[in-house]
Amino acid sequence: MKGNKLIIYGLLLAFGLAAPFIFPAYKLQISFMWILVILALTWDVQGGQMGYNSFGNILFFGIGMYICAGIQIGMFFPLAEWTSSGGEKTFLHTPSQYFQGFFVGLVLASIVPAIVAALIGYGILGLRGHYFAICTLGLGIAAGEIAGGIELIGAGQGMTAPPWPKGIGDTELRSEFFYFLCFILMVVTFIFLKWAYQTRFGLILNAIRDNEDKAEAMGIYTMRYKIIGWIVSAFFLGIAGGLMGNMVGYIEPTEIAFAGATYGVFMVLMAILGGKGTLWGPVIGAVAFHIFKEGFWTFFLGWQYVALGALIVVIVVFFPEGIMGWLREKYPEKFGEIVDEADRKAQVELK
Amino acid sequence: MSTILEVNQVYKYFGGVKANEDISLTVEQGSIVGLIGPNGSGKTTLFNSIVGTHPIDKGNIKFNDIEVSQLPVPTVAKLGLLRTFQQTRIYGKLNCIQNMLISSKSEKDTIFNIFSKIPEDLTTKAENLLQFVGLHQKRKLRAGDLSFGQQKLLELAMALMNEPKMLLLDEPTAGINPTLINGIIDRLIKVNKEFGITLLVIEHNMRVIMSLAQRIFCLAHGQMLAEGTPEQIKNDKRVIDAYLGVQ
Repeated sequence: MKGNKLIIYGLLLAFGLAAPFIFPAYKLQISFMWILVILALTWDVQGGQMGYNSFGNILFFGIGMYICAGIQIGMFFPLAEWTSSGGEKTFLHTPSQYFQGFFVGLVLASIVPAIVAALIGYGILGLRGHYFAICTLGLGIAAGEIAGGIELIGAGQGMTAPPWPKGIGDTELRSEFFYFLCFILMVVTFIFLKWAYQTRFGLILNAIRDNEDKAEAMGIYTMRYKIIGWIVSAFFLGIAGGLMGNMVGYIEPTEIAFAGATYGVFMVLMAILGGKGTLWGPVIGAVAFHIFKEGFWTFFLGWQYVALGALIVVIVVFFPEGIMGWLREKYPEKFGEIVDEADRKAQVELK
Repeated sequence: MSTILEVNQVYKYFGGVKANEDISLTVEQGSIVGLIGPNGSGKTTLFNSIVGTHPIDKGNIKFNDIEVSQLPVPTVAKLGLLRTFQQTRIYGKLNCIQNMLISSKSEKDTIFNIFSKIPEDLTTKAENLLQFVGLHQKRKLRAGDLSFGQQKLLELAMALMNEPKMLLLDEPTAGINPTLINGIIDRLIKVNKEFGITLLVIEHNMRVIMSLAQRIFCLAHGQMLAEGTPEQIKNDKRVIDAYLGVQ
């Protein structure tokens, strides 16, 4: 079993590393897929493991995007001039400036959303159930509107991320660079969550999902764990946002950065499709969803939202627990749930 | 013997409903104390007040000489004052062992401790306690799949896992198969004697409470009606009237 697992992980890793060279035409698409996996994985920390349906996680994605691009530009050039006059034409990053800015930008794109998550989380993680869901839904929408009103970052027009510097290779190199960053970030997120779910943290998130009042009555400061959980999500989402902004090259407040109606919904959908509350569920869900979505976008343009609606119906009716949840019900022994019928039927005796 | 819990003139109103009025009681360290009363007499409200689920309107509650009426629920639990629920509360999607592991008190509960590994020896401790309440064979089942009575036993085991100083039990034998009740009485006495945990028990089953408790308080209509030894309570005309109606 152990050896089998290592082989599977090895093969997946090898596929991830070789993919841009096997499918050079789909490099960007696969990069987006890794970003989607990160979105689903981090959403699942709240929605799956903790039982808090958050529609506002897109907030951290957008903040990361703006922060990263803003730092990249602001470190070397006046940001206001860049955004007001198509500055990418007048100011050019040298390669060293570009990578310095990118690095600092990514670091801050992880830290700032994490801080925001801590502050907001302290305020609204006390809400439960539907109230939390509605409140977070408002967060994402409000952030988009606010960002659309700030002149410094281009307001409703949006801003451009710095273009790939001249003189160090073509667009192929650029795609490969971003591909591997996305892939590495996805792997790191996965490994971190895999590890974290095995610690006390993971158990307590599950306890909060199953019965928060009981957890509090047993002396667990649930608020602390909820906030830490949100910080973890925001941290990785922020970096993913920073990468995404640079990959797309153009940051628009409501369509790309705080895209609640697309990415904000997708992350929920992917986690539920794959099976929320499991480690592999969001990964499988995101990959399946991305392939499905892109297939329809490419071959049946115009019908994609019909297909998406049909997909949601199929998920809700046939896989309410997602793909992993369905497998788990069907083959519990593969998930380490060895339940003897004798155990289930046994009478409890106290002598 | 010293006093472990002191409830002093506690008032709790829900709007116009007087749930608790002028309730005073003391519990001695190491004793088993019963709390009885007809339905709606304010027993569970008093439990909620003691562990801090809701603020009280007047009065004070001292646990080990620490004023707990203003403290949040987890802090009170950390002091070693734990309660179980009338309607069982367990972590339904996790198995019994995991339920137990979550319930253990972590040594240091700091930010850096959040991502700590769960110690291996805790599993052994959890299994022993499940054995103690007769659930050892069910340890790998999801807690949500257990019957109501079994969930009550699991909840007791979870409380013991936390190693409290004092345990408030809300109807520990309600919904439990009558053949198991003697076993539970026996376990509760062991909990008290061997683990040294003080018990305050709400119970409707008179046979259980009379054989368990050394001292009983009786509530009615949110007020303290009577207190005394089981013998005194059994023969108290006011208690009989409250339960059966004035004859």
